[in-house]
Amino acid sequence: MNNFRKKLPGTPYFFWSVLFIIIPLCMVFYYGLTDKSGAFTLENIIAIATREHSKALWLSLLLSLIATVICLLLSYPLAMILCSRKGGQHSVIVFIFILPMWMNFLLRTLAWQTLLEKTGVINSILSFLHLPALNIINTPQAIVLGMVYNFLPFMVLPIYNALAKIDENVINAARDLGANPAQVFFKVTLPLTVPGIISGITMVFIPALTTFVISNLLGGSKVLLIGNVVEQEFTQASNWHLGSGLSIVLMLFILLNMIVSAIFDKDGEGSVL
Amino acid sequence: MIKTAAKKFYVFLIFLFLYAPIATLIVLSFNASKTRAKWGGFTTRWYVSLFRNDAIMNALLNTLTIALIASLTATVIGTIACIAIINMKKKSRAIWMGITNIPMLNADIVTGISLMLLFLSLGLKFGYGTILLSHITFCIPYVILSVMPRMKQFNTSTYEAALDLGAGPVYSFFKVVLPDILPGVLSGFLMAFTMSLDDFIITHFTKGAGVDTLSTKIYTEVKKGIKPEMYALSTLIFVTVLILLLLINKAPADKKQKA
Repeated sequence: MNNFRKKLPGTPYFFWSVLFIIIPLCMVFYYGLTDKSGAFTLENIIAIATREHSKALWLSLLLSLIATVICLLLSYPLAMILCSRKGGQHSVIVFIFILPMWMNFLLRTLAWQTLLEKTGVINSILSFLHLPALNIINTPQAIVLGMVYNFLPFMVLPIYNALAKIDENVINAARDLGANPAQVFFKVTLPLTVPGIISGITMVFIPALTTFVISNLLGGSKVLLIGNVVEQEFTQASNWHLGSGLSIVLMLFILLNMIVSAIFDKDGEGSVL
Repeated sequence: MIKTAAKKFYVFLIFLFLYAPIATLIVLSFNASKTRAKWGGFTTRWYVSLFRNDAIMNALLNTLTIALIASLTATVIGTIACIAIINMKKKSRAIWMGITNIPMLNADIVTGISLMLLFLSLGLKFGYGTILLSHITFCIPYVILSVMPRMKQFNTSTYEAALDLGAGPVYSFFKVVLPDILPGVLSGFLMAFTMSLDDFIITHFTKGAGVDTLSTKIYTEVKKGIKPEMYALSTLIFVTVLILLLLINKAPADKKQKA
């Protein structure tokens, strides 16, 4: 009885997650593995191998990998600098990165058009400084920039949280024992922040891999990513079976990512929050 | 000395990168020219016409009410779910945390289409209700993931003591457990609210004709050209939030209770 009562508060969430998380996912699998007549088929999944689809997938993988690496390289030093500042500034730092989200994501991304255009703000500044113009709008480079811009906070925050958790005595002990700064970093700091790094990589790579908005807004609809293909199958072509099949392929990458995170982050320590 | 200057410069560059588009939008909201390509002089016209634009006002109302209802509901469901999850055996706890992680780790586009397929097969009318259900769904994990660490730190003997002293479970929850986990609950709520407000992708797949949030309204305007009123509105929202946050940080908050 006591045990039952303790688990009772979970009931609403239990029903909610079965109805709105598990069943919908099963439906994606159902649609992806059947054709219009309802017969089992693998055609919708094999469709990823067609030239158009595989090209979109490779491009998505390439761009999201580049964006993830750039985010990681930018975030780690930033998180270290932010962390070295003393005092209870944690909430302030989180707010600084969350604040931009209150201005609509689409508008923020659109603003990059204004900044990047041939006669845009950045090029005006560059020409004023007699520097060569930057012509990246409507190219894959602009999409990578949009990805880095939109997902950078999701890399900074988990790394910052992981760094903030490190006991300073551990670092001091390493120094006392004669480690130089590089050794302290590679032998102590970096391994302790692996959960944060993995969590950050997941939070950047998955949305970047599956985006269709950023490529629409900054790629000038010339660049087709796998997200665009899936979105078009659902909203324009109304071919839910093919769209679901391609989503299953996307989910394989997500699953792969989850397995990697589970290996490196056993206790689920890496978190954005 | 040079090192600290370099560090400051680096942080400055990153913040410039993060806030340059926002500054651009604020400047555009005062642009008299209707296209964002050229500067037509300073005006506050858009701030006036904004309030007469029913379509934008409606979208704003939808966005705010959906974000508020969704994040409140998610906070209630998520917080009480944490009580159950913390009392579970290790294995079932792992399963439930795994399920909670699905909407966080899964791509928004997949979550969006999976919910769309569900609503289609249930025969629900796409509109305000379907958007709300989807938003609650992706908001709950933010609440659980921010309440859970607090719940783990919570000392269950204080709760048992309250029960021993004759308080009912509900009463002890509000008097003993809730005050202790409150920072986690609040930051979960805030996170859920922000995510709901900023969501486009899931709304895009679960909305019906005639119902728009700010995100979907902006998306349909992209090809025709964004109305300058939109810039004015987002500037207003941004400035309001900025002032609120500054006020909260200025207030003598309990420094130990970092969320």
